[in-house]
Amino acid sequence: MMPTMDGDAWRPSVYRVARVVREFEEVVTLTLRPEGGNRPAFMPGQFNMLYAFGVGEAAISICGEDEGQGGFVHTIRRVGAVSHALASVSEGDAVGLRGPFGKGWPLSEAERGDIVFVAGGLGLAPLRPAIEHVLQHRSHYRRVTLLFGTRNPHTMLFESDFGRWRRGAEVDAVVTVDQADAAWRGSVGAVPALVPRATFDPKETMAMVCGPEVMMRFAVASLRDAGVPAESIHVSMERNMKCAIGLCGRCQYGQDFICRDGPVMRYDRVASRFSIREI
Amino acid sequence: MNTIEASLRDHPLFADLEDAMLRQVARCARTRHFDAGQYLFREGGPADAFFLVRQGLVALEAHAPGGVAILFSTLGTGEIVGASWLVPPYRWMFDARASTATHVISVDAACLRSQFETDHDLGYALMTRFLPAFVKRLHATRLQMFDLYGGPTS
Repeated sequence: MMPTMDGDAWRPSVYRVARVVREFEEVVTLTLRPEGGNRPAFMPGQFNMLYAFGVGEAAISICGEDEGQGGFVHTIRRVGAVSHALASVSEGDAVGLRGPFGKGWPLSEAERGDIVFVAGGLGLAPLRPAIEHVLQHRSHYRRVTLLFGTRNPHTMLFESDFGRWRRGAEVDAVVTVDQADAAWRGSVGAVPALVPRATFDPKETMAMVCGPEVMMRFAVASLRDAGVPAESIHVSMERNMKCAIGLCGRCQYGQDFICRDGPVMRYDRVASRFSIREI
Repeated sequence: MNTIEASLRDHPLFADLEDAMLRQVARCARTRHFDAGQYLFREGGPADAFFLVRQGLVALEAHAPGGVAILFSTLGTGEIVGASWLVPPYRWMFDARASTATHVISVDAACLRSQFETDHDLGYALMTRFLPAFVKRLHATRLQMFDLYGGPTS
């Protein structure tokens, strides 16, 4: 059972901005603490609706918890009016928050097997709490691989986390970039091309994929080529959301609502819709 | 099975190649090592070999004016480096530089092409291995060109 918000799902609670980290370019990470009371529990992969007062609301994945302080961490890219307002807040400002909503990553199902995380760009944000969960329960899992694709070495999200994740070979984390100069010593190319290079037992693997949908289609194809069953692949879908509780239909995806039945969905259950461009 | 045949058999490209064909390829092959920073080949040079990466990472680069290298792809363990040896005029179009210490199997192109001429079955068997690898690389390159990570995904 996924944690859900307490009380009125329509009414935002007030959170204060405790910390603002400018990641790069148009991307910021906000630490939000509730003004009074405790934040609700969440599962990695769930999202909150963040409200920039006077501007509007947007669905933003939870990318971490504010350790010991009872807050949420969210990473936001400026793309529209709401995300621009949210990415422009300062420490001490107030924002509204409803959530958490939706279904998260199948971390319990993945126990006793290998895990392959495939992330592209800001798609790493919803996977970050899943990676942290796996590290906290490392003995429950076998090989853990993170394949991360980003635009260039200057757009490395959560760069400081990578060192910690790799320490003691807890996670085999590989980064590939689209563009680099000769000083870059890592991989260059699309992230799906890393799948055949990774070591995992395909029949005993749970794959969790998040990123732009085109990237996810290619990543899923690479995972299938490598022998990972369709039912062992999970993707995090993204559509515009409004109510976040499966009522308004804004995020309808075939017979599902992404806000209620996703955002994390088992690939075999959405495979027939994955390439339908009209939805 | 000698050492070079065993090394070829370990490479994913030749894992299921018939033994007799593997021996034919082995006659044109040798193992090589490149230190980090050393070039496997340079743009404009004769495409007289291709390389199967056993371990390491190879960067493919183009050069902009002023000597600035543009790194556009890396190829790692289990992959094949070099396609220009297959098509005339058999000249490298880019530089290939070892990003890390890299162990490869180097296959002499003229030797293998002459075997293709006399044994079309060998040529067909190898083309059915090379072509999927190159088409997948073409698809990956197209994906890379989309600049996918500039949009909203959070």
